[in-house]
Parts: sequence; structure tokens; C-alpha cells
Amino acid sequence: MKPFDYQRAERLEHAAQLMSDGATAIAGGTNLLDLMKLQVETPRTLLDVNKLPMASIEDDGSGLRIGALATNTATAVHPRVKADYAVLSRAILAGATQQLRNKATTAGNLCQRTRCYYFTNIDQPCNKREPGTGCGAIKGIARLHAVLGTSDQCIATYPGDMAVAMYALNAVVHIANPSGAVRSVPVREFHRLPGHQPEKDNVLEPGDIITGVILPAPVSGTHIYRKVRERSSYAFAMCSVAAIVRMEEGRIAHASLAFGGLAHKPWYDPQIEQSLVGEAPSLALFDYAADVLLKTARGYGENDFKIPLARRTLAAVLCEVTGVDA
Amino acid sequence: MPMSVNGEDQKLPADPRTSLLDFLRHAVGLTGTKKGCDHGQCGACTVLVNGTRINSCLTLAVMHDGDEITTIEGLGTPATMSALQQAFVKHDGYQCGYCTPGQICSATAMLQEIAAGWPSDATDDLLAKPKLSGEEIRERMSGNLCRCGAYSNIVAAITEVAGNVS
Amino acid sequence: MSHVFEMQKPDERNRLDAMKQGVIGQPMDRPDGIAKVTGTATYAAEYAIKGCAEGVLVTAPFTRGRVTRIDAGSITGMPGVIRVIDDARLITRSAQAAAGEAPDQGPLTVHYFGQPIALVVAERFEQARDAAMALKIEFDADDLSDVPLDPAAVETELIETTAQGDLEQAMKDAVHSVDLTFTTEGHASAAMEPHAAIAEWDGEQLTVHASLQMPNYNISELADCLGLEEDKIRCLSRYVGGGFGSKLGISPEAVAAAIAAMELNRPVRVVMSRQQVFQTIMRRTETEQRLRLGTDADGRLTAFGHEARISNLPNEEYTEPVVQSSQLLYGGEHRLLQIELARIHCMTAGSVRGPGEAVGMPVLEAAMDELAEQAGLDPVELRLRNIPDKHPVKGIPYSSRKLAECLEQGAARFGWDRGPRKPRQHREGEWWIGTGMASAARAHSVRPAQARVTLHVDGTALVETDMTDIGTGTYAILTQIAAEMLGLDPANVRVDLGDTRHPRGAGSGGSWGAASTGSAVFVACEAIREQLAERLGTSESALDLADGSCTSGGSKKSLRDVIGNREISRIGHFKPGELQEKYAAASFGAFFAEVAVNEWTGEARVRRMLGAFGFGRVLNAKTARSQCIGGMTWCIGAALTESLLFDPVDGHLVNCDLAEYHVPVHRDVPHLETILVEERDPVASPIQAKGVGELGICGGAGAIANAIYNACGARLRTFPMTPDKILAAMPE
Repeated sequence: MKPFDYQRAERLEHAAQLMSDGATAIAGGTNLLDLMKLQVETPRTLLDVNKLPMASIEDDGSGLRIGALATNTATAVHPRVKADYAVLSRAILAGATQQLRNKATTAGNLCQRTRCYYFTNIDQPCNKREPGTGCGAIKGIARLHAVLGTSDQCIATYPGDMAVAMYALNAVVHIANPSGAVRSVPVREFHRLPGHQPEKDNVLEPGDIITGVILPAPVSGTHIYRKVRERSSYAFAMCSVAAIVRMEEGRIAHASLAFGGLAHKPWYDPQIEQSLVGEAPSLALFDYAADVLLKTARGYGENDFKIPLARRTLAAVLCEVTGVDA
Repeated sequence: MPMSVNGEDQKLPADPRTSLLDFLRHAVGLTGTKKGCDHGQCGACTVLVNGTRINSCLTLAVMHDGDEITTIEGLGTPATMSALQQAFVKHDGYQCGYCTPGQICSATAMLQEIAAGWPSDATDDLLAKPKLSGEEIRERMSGNLCRCGAYSNIVAAITEVAGNVS
Repeated sequence: MSHVFEMQKPDERNRLDAMKQGVIGQPMDRPDGIAKVTGTATYAAEYAIKGCAEGVLVTAPFTRGRVTRIDAGSITGMPGVIRVIDDARLITRSAQAAAGEAPDQGPLTVHYFGQPIALVVAERFEQARDAAMALKIEFDADDLSDVPLDPAAVETELIETTAQGDLEQAMKDAVHSVDLTFTTEGHASAAMEPHAAIAEWDGEQLTVHASLQMPNYNISELADCLGLEEDKIRCLSRYVGGGFGSKLGISPEAVAAAIAAMELNRPVRVVMSRQQVFQTIMRRTETEQRLRLGTDADGRLTAFGHEARISNLPNEEYTEPVVQSSQLLYGGEHRLLQIELARIHCMTAGSVRGPGEAVGMPVLEAAMDELAEQAGLDPVELRLRNIPDKHPVKGIPYSSRKLAECLEQGAARFGWDRGPRKPRQHREGEWWIGTGMASAARAHSVRPAQARVTLHVDGTALVETDMTDIGTGTYAILTQIAAEMLGLDPANVRVDLGDTRHPRGAGSGGSWGAASTGSAVFVACEAIREQLAERLGTSESALDLADGSCTSGGSKKSLRDVIGNREISRIGHFKPGELQEKYAAASFGAFFAEVAVNEWTGEARVRRMLGAFGFGRVLNAKTARSQCIGGMTWCIGAALTESLLFDPVDGHLVNCDLAEYHVPVHRDVPHLETILVEERDPVASPIQAKGVGELGICGGAGAIANAIYNACGARLRTFPMTPDKILAAMPE
């Protein structure tokens, strides 16, 4: 961990100013300090934002506003989240451990960086960590890696669970900039695909601070978060599915689906939902939805399994919510 | 403001790089909190901050001004062991002992979390009061690795104490 | 005074059974337990030593070649930096088990990615960690196209062969046979306490607090590394945060700390990062194993072939003894057991808990399951039919063997269905449920060991040896042996371990610690009893000691009175003798598992697991059971999750942390049930005990594999059985 200047932000404007000057914000620290010890992250100024009043979770019209500094635990156990946004509770509880969730925050978790083995090892090439050095994973061990939306520069995955549920919920991220203006970015547009700039995980610009996430009015339906992992707990997803599905008169009336562990961002494709809504559920239909999900999928050896696994996990989730018997 | 560790005020370190874990072990001299991985991947460093369990390796000591830290030494001494500490001895809920303080700190908080109604990944109904089942305890303790493989005995120890609490 | 006991003939006296205190075998709480649960047990890095500097190792960022320059000047201006240690005596890897001499030294020649090459010492840890990463080095790395990394792509060396009869012909003649090839991935010990040492040098004497399994060998290794006499060195390891093979030999941080302390004339602490532990400490080799098993019409083995390919670095002598228990577990007159070694430049391969059997037994037992299916026999029955009368190659008798009892009692308690078996018969929702079983076997051995027992004038006893307790329960069992032999309440016995100033124990490794060092304590206590008898004018065998009293010939005296003001101190020296050549000695057992496999995702979960084990005398039923459940937990890891992944380009260990190397978590492990089968093995040791520390890992992954097949029909021949592999093998 390289030496840094430690500062505490007292007000949002102060924080935004320091961050536009290159400071790195620290809230829970569970990802940032991990990476700082490995010198994957080497901030010169570390700005402790924990004193900013952004930890509350409150009603926002018919929706819910989750503060940037709300801990993952606070969100997962919040009565309204449990009742109206169960997929989000489930996704958070499926991630990490209680100790980590007690520290991790909404904003930090949205910005969580990849677990790619080559990204976290500074003796290895990685275009995300050090643009232009190459990608160790493409020629190496790609077990954790992406099968959708990859580039020849980077095949890393976004490792989190919370954001996958937020994609299914069509949440909106509020971002303040140094001038004090707050803009709204749909979470589905928050993360980036690697393309030619794998070092950029998301759309945040210097000086931007996430202030909160808005969950729109609840959508009725069955909420499921299903995560497939090597261990039964405390492991990153091989593949995960966040789903909100409502049945009416034997047909799928609403479907909202997002996928984790498959891409550089939680994967959302409206065509998957379009393929399902209005249809009578069947294994053939679910297979078709998986075709839509995986139409551009490409494996890199060790992660080839993710393609059939995603197909099966999606089918499992859809069977569960629609009652189709496998 | 100083940090309070097991009820005693401690001055924050000058070097902001110092993790809470290294601060406790090196500056305060409380080595009961263990460093197993230094990256939040094993749980051996679990302590309670204002009653909440966290990994002390993934937080900076300077970020804890005014906080109340409880370590294994604050839960009970050899002469005044807590119910969980006693149950771990009785059920052989350890072998090498290195993960043990973290397991006990974690279990202490975990029982409070269940009492507070927090759900877990093993909870069937998010809105119901969580059960004190083996599966619940195992999921909630999964952030504490034990390489010796004492899990079965650790769960027995926690179950006994949980049964007495509820 | 030293008393030597050499194992020349089976010890049928069962002396511990004749003693009167009644504590041997009891499930006594560990004497060290209170320190462990209150955080007051002190591990290697935790001694508060004034003026201690902090060292952090620097590792090689390339696979093979030479470091041409270490530019100490590149960090000398950094805050707190004291020195860069690049001494030629630094070791490039840990010593192998019981080496007793230095491993490879000269860190500038690099043999694998991540090899330690230097130590940076600074005032504080944070400073040393930064400086170690900032240190500039120059190197000539060999072209990777010339560096062998793939064990399947290099020519192998034949290491050992046991051949008898004509296996090829026997396979042709067999009524039922299987010829199967399996693979297992590498394992890490992943002890929870990272390797750590604090060295102090007073100009003459070196004191090293380190996390060591076998100080009795480690002191010689350290002396050889440093060019010091052993009597100038003291090693201390009172608490060891897990070993599992990784701390058998002296390791790079201890040598580096010692060199730095001597060079700087101040104490130096070196703690490896978790990533360094993964990348520089021993791996268990991956294996490829071919099993050829053939039986007659009754399911009796006639052909038994077990061949394994393993790997290690060039010039490392260690070879994973994959076929060790295949030597003696089952019959079959036509045999071929063979090990071939591939030399590759991936970190050192060495002992990880249950070396040999931990990967050899699951594979054998998975093959036996396929054989049982082919022969239409119940898997338990197939094993019962193949328990040989004598060692199948050497023709020598078994010392004592409870394999049949373990199979029978385990099957009964588990509720094993001996009816016809077919996969995919039971379902609960999305989950296929199935059962599987396997035998357990682990070779027994004992080593020379010494311990001093002192009976103090206050009537308490002190046991001293440099033997360690790595979580195994040494503090407890040595307390119980002394208490039983001397008729003392265990609370009046103190055990002082892990200090090389004490007599040399056997060290914690190879499951030999308890039987060997326990026997040394037994011998010392027998000598003390002789002395007490002499003072009482009676014979030792007529002396009953219990609750601090001596009884002989109807007269009873307090032990304190007999001791008077003359404390009695004796060193017991146990020697294995030649007996191990005359008998086949091993611990045996059986595993039964119930597994659920998700039909959609291939996730496998162990729902129930039982192990029945016979390992001679149980010295403490609580700690022995803990050893068993610990091993069974490792079986779950080996079966389902644990796999070291090496980069195909440069051979570095890719998943070098506890997030990506998946040791089992709480939720992976159900309640584990054990049966400790009553046994006394007169050949194993004078306390009739065999090893138990590794038995629990030797075969159980096979039971889980067999249960996966029985559950869902996926017959895998590769460990671990991760969801992706299960899905690929699952019938539609």
C-alpha cells in the first residue's frame, strides 16, 4: 500500500472538489483496501466520505431511495426492500459474508472492480490495470471470465451481486459532479463493456460522486436471485440470474431479467424479456430466451462452461417462477 | 476523538496505512485478533465495531475515531469466559486455534443478528423471523474459514449457546 | 537420566489399560483450549519483542533464470527502510519433511514464478511492504518456450515400481474389470496462520519464534542454512496455527528473519502474505492415475494396477506417494504399482495433509465403485471380500486392522442400503440424492522421540519435549498419558511443547506425532514409576498410582510423601526398532456420504457424512474425533472445490488467495458423524496407538464422488467435481 494523504470529507461539495483533483473516495473500503494492499490501486489522496449524510434509505414517491453510503446489510434487511424488492435483498445476501456486507456500501459495491486473477497480480499483464500491457487471462486461466461483451483487450467480469438485482429492478443511479449538479443514470447504463478502454469500469468521470440509487415503484411478481457458485457460500458467481416475473392467466405478463458472472457488467438485454412476455411458459420458450441471451456468447477455454450453465440456470429460474415442470 | 478498544481509549496511528487489524496487533498489543489473509477472505480478523462484526483487515484504523471496538479479549478473559468461549472449549470447536477468536467474535454478533431478525441467504421467508437452524448458522458463519475442519463442532458449540439464549 | 525403549516385539502388555487413573482415552477438554478461545495463545508472530524490525519478502516476477542485480539503492531513501537482505544463504523454497538439512539456497537463481529472492527490512510493516514492492531488480529470464510447465508434455522419470505376476494377462482373464484414468488437481495446505517468524540474535545465540511442525528437524535445517551450530539456535513453536504439511520443513521467512537479525543485530519479524504462502510454500502435485482392477466371478481381486504421474520442480526429491495404501489395502496377486514423475517449473511439490493417500485413495475408491457396479456387487461387500489375510506383496501379517469392523459398523450406523444400486433413484425437488462409500487407509509410522517428565515435590508433573501441537491435541494427549501413568489429576500435569531446549520429540507430521512422542512420555513415566517403586521397596508392576496416591501390597501412601524433597525427572527415549519391517501397519476406516446434486446447475452438496475409523488406542476421544472430522472436511474440499490453477504461459499459481482457492466454508460441511472403533495395536507403539491426523482425508472424496454418481448418474474421473464438470457428465 503506497503512502497516501488521508482526508475526511465534511460536505459533498468539498468531496467533489477533492475528487476532481484526483482523490479516491473510500467508504466501506472492502474492495479498495484489498486492491491498495496489492498496489492495484495507488491513490495519492484517500478521501473518507463516511461522514457525508448519504447513508439513509427512504421512500421516494412510490419508489425507494438507497443512499450511497447505506451498507449492504442495511439495504438487505430494510423492511421495504425485503417486502417490495426481494430480489435485491436476495442478491445482497448471496454475496460475500456478513462481515463484508456490514462494511460494503451501495456506491462502493456498484464500483466493485473485477476479481480477474491477472488484474489483481501486478506481476502479470493486464490492460485494465495497466493499459497496453496485454491480457493475461485470454491466453491464461479464464475460469472466472466473461462470455458476453468481451473485447480482445479484456475478458474480465463484474463480480458483484447487488448490481445484478438493481439491473433487474431498473434502478437509477444519482451522481453529483463538482459543480453540485446531480444527474440520473439508469443503472443499466452505469457500467461499461471493456472495448478499447478496459480500464474504465463505468461512466463516472473525475469528481463524480454517487449519492444514491433510486428503486422505481415496485413491480409485482416473483423475485428470485439465483447464484451458482463453487462453494455453497462465500464465493463469486459462476453465473447468476436476477428475475422478477409475474404470471397472469397462464402467460408471462412481466419479466425482468439480469445476469451476473457473464460479462464486464451485469448483463441486461431487453430482447430476452420481449421473448418471454405474453407467451405461455414452456421449456422450449425458456430455451429460446437462452438463445437470445447467449446469441453472441463466446468462451475462452476454462469458461466455456458458462454458456450451457447460463442456459440451464435461466431455465431453472423460469421453471421455478412459472411452475413449469422440468 | 480516540478509538475505544475493549473500553480503553487508544490514540489513532500516525500512519494512515495502518489497518485496524495491524493497529490492534502491533500498537495496542492485542494479538487475539488474527491475520489470516489480510484481504477479507478468511474472517480470522473479525472484531465488533459498535457491536457490528467486520473484517478488521479491510478497514483503516484512522477511520475509527470515536468507534467502540470489541476484540476477543473484550468478550471474556480466561477467568471470565463468555458462554460461547466456554462452549467452544466444551465442544472442541477449534483445533489449531488460529481462526477461533474470529469465529467467536463472529458468532457473538451473529446471534444478535438473528435476534434482530436479519435474514440470510439460507432464510426461506425474508419477512419471517429467522430460525436458529443448522443451515442458518452455517450460512451466517461462512465468512469464517477453519482449515482444521472444526466446523461441525463449532456449529455444535454455537447451537448450544443459541438454544440457551432463545 | 534417559531411558530407551526400542520396539523389538509387539507390546501386548497394554499397560495403559492396567493403570488406575482412568483418564486415558477420555474426551477431556484441551488444556490449551482456554488460551485459544480467549485470544491469549501466542502464535509465532505475536511475541512483543522490543525494537523488532519488520521484514517483507520480495519474490521473483518470472519463471526461470537469474536475478542479475538487486538495486538496494532504489529503496534506501524510503521512510523506515533499514536494509535489503540478499544473502546467498536465503532459501528458495521450504525444506521437505524431515529433511534435517538446508533446502535449495541461492535465491538469485530462479526456478519458479514467485520464488523468494530477497528480504526488505524496515522499521514498520507498512513501510517494509511498500519498499518490498518498490525494490528494483534486474534479471535474465529464460525464454518460456524452453521451460517445461505442463506435466503431460514432458518425458517422465520412473520413480518406483512394485510388480508381481502378470497384470496384463490377469486383466484379460478377469471376469469383471475396469481400466480407468483419473486426474486430480493440486492442493494447498492453506493453514490459517501464514508462515511467520521472529528472530533474535544476541551475538552468540539465535532465538527464532516460528510456526513449525517439526522443530526437531527444523533446528538442523536452520543450522545448516545459516552455517551455525545447532547449540547456538533455539526454536520456539508453542502454538502453531495449522500446518497440514506446509510447516514441516524450515521455510523462507524463518531463514530470512534469522539472517536479517544477525546482520542487523536487532530482532526481525517476517510474516508471509497469504499470496506468498500460496505461491512459495508446497503444493500437493496434480496427478494422473490409471487404475486397472480385475476380479474373478466372485468379485475377488486378481488384478490390481495403480499407476500415477506426478510432478515436481527439477532437483526436488519429494515424490507424492500416491500408491502407498494401494500396497496393502486390497488383495490381487497380479499387481503393478508405479509412480512416474514429471519435472516442471511450477512451485515446489511437497507434503500436504495425507500425502499420497489423500489423492491415491479417493481415486482407488472411485474405481472400486465402478468395479462393484460392473460386478453387480454391493460396494461394501466388494471391499469386505477383498481384505487380504497377509500383505499382498510382502506376505507379512497385519499388525492390527479394523477395516471390516469399520465397514460394517459404518454401514449400519449410516443406514447403508445393501440392495441393488442404480443412479438417479431419489429426488427432492431439483436435487438428485445419492449415497456413496469408500474405504480409508493411511500407512502408520513412528519416529524416534524423546520427552522429559518431571515429578515435582508438590506432586505435579511437567512434560517437556520440542514436539508441537498444530491443532492435533498434543497438549491434551500427553497430559493424559502422564496423568494415567503417574496417577495424577490431569490438572496437575503441565505440558510444555515446541521448545528445542527440551528433548527432541517426533514432530507433527505423517500422523506419527502422537504414537511416537506419546510413547516417549510413556517410557519416561515408566522410568519414574520404577523409581517410585524402588523408594517404596516394591516392584513397578505391583504399583498402583491414582489420585496422587501410591498403592502397593495393600499399603497406601501419598505420592508427595514418596517424592519427599527429591523430585524425579526422567527422559523417555522411544525408538521404532525393526518391527515396522515385520508387520504391515496402517490405520483403516470407512466413509459413507449422502450427496445432493442439482439437476439444473450441477452444484453438489454433502448432506450427511459418516466416518468409522480404527487407529489403535484412542488417547482422547474428543481430540481424536476432531482429527477425523477435520480430515472429512478436507474430503469435501478435495471432492468438490479445491484446485490449484497454474498459468499455462508462465506457470505461476493463478488462484493464490482464499477467495479463489476454495477451501470448504461452514455451509459446505454438514454435521459430521464418527465412529471410533475400539482397537489396540501392539505393533504400532507401546501405547498401542496409531496415527489419526490424516486418516480422515484418505479416501472420503471417493465416497462423495461415488455418491454424486449414485445421485445423478454423472460418473466423473476428475477431482474436484465442480458444477461445470458435473453438468458436462450428467446424463440428459
